Amino acid sequence: MTLAATAAHLATGPATGAAAGPHGFLSPTGVEIAFLLVGLVTFGAALVTVTTRQLVHAALWLVVTLGGLAVEYLLLTAEFIAWVQVLIYVGSVVVLLLFGLMLTRAPIGRSPDADSGNRWAALTVAVAAAAALVWVVVDAFRTTWIDLDGPAAGSTEATGASLFQNWVLPFEALSVLLLAALVGAIVLSRKAKADTATPAGQDTGRDTEGAR
Amino acid sequence: MNDVLDVALRLLIVFVVFLTFPLVIGQTEHKVMAHMQGRLGPMYAGGFHGWAQLIADGVKFAQKEDVVPAGADRRIFQLAPAVALLPYLLVLLAIPIGPGEGAVGQVIDAGVFFVLAVMGVGVLGSLMAGWASANKFSLLGGLRTAAQLLAYELPMLLTAASVAMAAGTVSLPGILDAFEWWWLPWQIVGAIVFFVAGLAELQRPPFDMPVADSEIIFGAYTEYTGLRFALFLLAEYAGIVVLCGLTTVLFLGGWHGPWGADGLGWVWTLLKTAILAFVVIWLRVTYPRLREDQLQKLSWTLLVPLSLAQIALTGVVKVVIR
Repeated sequence: MTLAATAAHLATGPATGAAAGPHGFLSPTGVEIAFLLVGLVTFGAALVTVTTRQLVHAALWLVVTLGGLAVEYLLLTAEFIAWVQVLIYVGSVVVLLLFGLMLTRAPIGRSPDADSGNRWAALTVAVAAAAALVWVVVDAFRTTWIDLDGPAAGSTEATGASLFQNWVLPFEALSVLLLAALVGAIVLSRKAKADTATPAGQDTGRDTEGAR
Repeated sequence: MNDVLDVALRLLIVFVVFLTFPLVIGQTEHKVMAHMQGRLGPMYAGGFHGWAQLIADGVKFAQKEDVVPAGADRRIFQLAPAVALLPYLLVLLAIPIGPGEGAVGQVIDAGVFFVLAVMGVGVLGSLMAGWASANKFSLLGGLRTAAQLLAYELPMLLTAASVAMAAGTVSLPGILDAFEWWWLPWQIVGAIVFFVAGLAELQRPPFDMPVADSEIIFGAYTEYTGLRFALFLLAEYAGIVVLCGLTTVLFLGGWHGPWGADGLGWVWTLLKTAILAFVVIWLRVTYPRLREDQLQKLSWTLLVPLSLAQIALTGVVKVVIR
């Protein structure tokens, strides 16, 4: 548990660590304590998401994880980011995930085969990615803290201004990435259609099978 | 201390609205549907025109046994009604009913995003119910719910974005402060698209394919009894209140009216919301249910292009009048 707590603290480092910097770690404010607790819950939910053997439960724990992240954004005064997080991830991505699960295979109860031989490789990659992210974020924001009494630093206006003034290039690059994904999806679905069209010309009986 | 009292009072008012308005709309639906179909509707409970029918229904639901099917995923099954209902309570907090900060539960900076995000979470309740019931019909209902949400969330978001562009803010009171009467014809396409997409998200007829009682026996709610079923029904009616309120605030000018907007602004809001709720009921009695493919086609080939055109129009007008 201490390991998890340390990891969560590291993961939630930028705000708590930075804000606590001038005040010292031993006298955290209420917001910092709340941030830490929500971070722990988020971290725990994320662990359950990847370890549970019940597929749909994993998707629902993912809702808790993403919701917890939204609360963390709120505590960092980034209101706009928080609501977009809920709108996109909880409202759409998880619904799509559940849709996919229910469409293919969503047994009630444990799936004994819901395991992967790659778990150690996955763990290594996850730890490496987390370490890199935590290191970068801590390094970048070690001495930055949010003034909670002033105007909200993460309001919609501030977010929009910095996004379209300082970060236009990454923003546009991301939209090109999304466009590529969109084109890829269309290409894939059209290719599948062409495959089913061939047997349809020869044999109508096999057409229905192909369409499935 | 005064602040605490203020917050408590606001929460209490929103909670009372949350408990009463859906019931009023439910009772109106009983009566309006009945009269449109040439019958009287409930007449006995409570004496005067059966006004207490829904209270009687509530007592009936509370008395019924709460059954959880043996094969169901117990915890998810029991949690689902709460997940379906609570988001609408949260959304009500952000809807302004009159001018000024005193007439809204909580001023939220990114209000438009807040309400749409939280409304989307409510659909998770139906999905959880559909899966956890361990019933084929429920699973089908859940699948249809998810497909419908994915199709209709996009036009809803795009039209809301159009209004936000017009007002230059994403805060709901801010949008109302910026409102001018000529927004009505300017945003009318967006208003219709938003309302239709909202109806589909609430699974109200003619978009009630996910609950289609005559083919998949109420979809995700097949296995629910007693209070939990009542909570799902309450969520549907609370959803009508929220959708009509949001359409009023975003597109119909909320508390703005031809006269008396200063003192009686809240009357305008309530009046517009009530008229929209009547339209919701009217549509239920008038139109047959759309088939699943018609439903998807309506969204992707009509509503999405219309909302994109609305955004383009908003942008052009915004640049021209600048």
